[in-house]
Amino acid sequence: MTRRERQSFWNGIAFTAPWLIGLSVFTLYPVVASLYYSFCDYSVLQAPVWTGAENYTRLFRDDLFWLSLKNTLIFAALSIPFGTVVSLSLALLLNCEVKGTPLFRTIFYLPSIVPLVASSMLWLWIFNGSYGLLNFALNPILGLFGAKAPTWLTDPNWAKPALVMMGLWGVGNSMVIYLAGLQDVPKELYEAAEIDGATPWRQFWHVTLPMLSPVIYFNVIMGIIGSLQTFTQAFIMTGPDGPPARSTLFYALYLFTTAFYDLRMGYASAMAWILFIIIVILTVFATKWFEKRMHYGR
Amino acid sequence: MQPKTPFGRILVYVLLVAGSAVFLFPFIWLLVTSLKPIEQTMIMPPTWIPRAYTATVQGQRIEVTRDFLVERKSVLIVVDDGPQKGQRLLLPETDLDGQHGRARLQVFENGLQQAHDYPVTVVRVVEPGAWHVTERSDTKVRQHELGWDVVPEADIDAKASPRWDNYPKALATMGGRDLEEVEGSMAGRTSGISQDTHVGFVVFLTNTIIVCALGVLGAVLSNAVVAYGLAKVKWKGRDALFAMTLATMMVPFPVLMVPLYGVFKSLGLVGSLYPLWVPAFFGSAFNIFLMRQFFLTIPDELGEAARIDGCTEWGIFWRIILPLSRPVLAVVALFHFLSAWNDFMGPLLYLTRKHTFTLALALQNYQSQHGGVQWQYLMAASAVLIIPIIVLFFFTQKTFIKGIATTGIKG
Repeated sequence: MTRRERQSFWNGIAFTAPWLIGLSVFTLYPVVASLYYSFCDYSVLQAPVWTGAENYTRLFRDDLFWLSLKNTLIFAALSIPFGTVVSLSLALLLNCEVKGTPLFRTIFYLPSIVPLVASSMLWLWIFNGSYGLLNFALNPILGLFGAKAPTWLTDPNWAKPALVMMGLWGVGNSMVIYLAGLQDVPKELYEAAEIDGATPWRQFWHVTLPMLSPVIYFNVIMGIIGSLQTFTQAFIMTGPDGPPARSTLFYALYLFTTAFYDLRMGYASAMAWILFIIIVILTVFATKWFEKRMHYGR
Repeated sequence: MQPKTPFGRILVYVLLVAGSAVFLFPFIWLLVTSLKPIEQTMIMPPTWIPRAYTATVQGQRIEVTRDFLVERKSVLIVVDDGPQKGQRLLLPETDLDGQHGRARLQVFENGLQQAHDYPVTVVRVVEPGAWHVTERSDTKVRQHELGWDVVPEADIDAKASPRWDNYPKALATMGGRDLEEVEGSMAGRTSGISQDTHVGFVVFLTNTIIVCALGVLGAVLSNAVVAYGLAKVKWKGRDALFAMTLATMMVPFPVLMVPLYGVFKSLGLVGSLYPLWVPAFFGSAFNIFLMRQFFLTIPDELGEAARIDGCTEWGIFWRIILPLSRPVLAVVALFHFLSAWNDFMGPLLYLTRKHTFTLALALQNYQSQHGGVQWQYLMAASAVLIIPIIVLFFFTQKTFIKGIATTGIKG
């Protein structure tokens, strides 16, 4: 290295020093340690004891592990497609150049920045079977067909859909990202399509969607990562054990209670690594799927 | 895109208005509930305006609660003899034997409910459609028997009357102070326990502000410095570090959770606020990435010119780059504030004693103690958590939207 190179090397180290420490202490060390713990019996109170792959083999025989995984995958499989349709539809509406869109954008966006603890309280009240707003709205309609609205969070069949519904209220973030994506689509493409006689519906399928595919890809990946780690809503609205009938025992919930209520930190670390692997696999699948259909650039 | 036909434009508006109604209703429901007296939270169909009802009860005009609608022709009587002697009662007319001045009353005898005839005096006959009303009292601890009466609907004055005092009451009980004690002392009665030894809302707010303020300071400083090192200083290892930074964004929090807890435990910091803000001073992958992308858009020539004039690397960063980076600093500050204010899992993980709780954790704790009954207080406490965020949003809307849009598109 020349003197100048050495100088800038040390400059680089000096500027990134906080992150070099942060990366090592708060990310790299925990990643390595958690991998190690996942092969140990560890309770935080005592030093970890190596047990080989026992945590993993026990996990595969643990019914609650499979149940929590199933619950989480069902939740993700519901909330990602519904979330995509709702946020994309709202973005398409807001992209129409009519007066007042900034106001509507604000309204649609606001719920997504509300503290999740507070919105959990609010939806707990909305989903209340006897006095909740939702059943007040639904029962007269369902009554026409002789049906009755479910009690949502206390009904094992409806607790998950209820949490999905609550999630749709907070799609503001991805909506804004879609909106920015829509505004980046060159207008000439639509003009050209129109000259060729394409209907708005065909324009959407052949211009908007392809041009938007990188943004959809980004939001879907974020959706996978986020929904597989769903924790706060379920912890607050139904409880740490995932009632009713463990229908909302999500993966992160089971992991958290295993680690911090039962103090089985090794077991929980094994769960965390399996979650990591699942996220990676799903992300790779999503990437492969989108790669065939994605349209980059202009 | 612009809708081409007037019909198209109308359709867009209809959908926008309907959509925003759906998105707004939960907020309105939150505010309305937070301003209701408890008995009005539990009626179907729900009312949209909190009301105060006034009626004449035994000759006095007072605030009442409407208990139920009298559906059958009834009589108001006074019992002349028997175990309930002297009591006023409302009975269905069919239970009264008017000729003999007796009525069939339910009495408890040897733990069994039995019906017997007792002499009574009829005060007046009550037509169906009247309301049974009771003197309203906030507290469960009563100094006297609450008065009640049966009055025709027309005699009840219903006045819109939001209960603003739900807010101070909710905040006062958030720290675990006894609800009845709070209600009692706010009604002007001082109970024996006037010394407030409990942790309250102010403590939670202070904790939250400490975590938010120090966290924002740390996030802005550390991420800017690091991003500068990754964007503007050319050094060996820079690209490797940046690649690694991006890679760590993939790691889900549950993987880090257990060892992180162990780190803070071994430092003796579990149970304190430190684990919630100290990490902010050491950068975060996402924010570093965001700032680096911004710094890359600033031309290198600015720095080069200063360097030739003898400016140090730090000088370039501090005097040239930072002043140009206000927009991205604002985005990082805002996002960090928001995530610190909203964070639930972190406080749940590290905070054990009440006097260290942040607002989010205190709200959850409050709900698990009073939940399912005192909806008006729970909604008031939730509103207190939500309103500052909404106010902040209105002042910083542009920064917000721009920040999110950038993360998605250029990311």
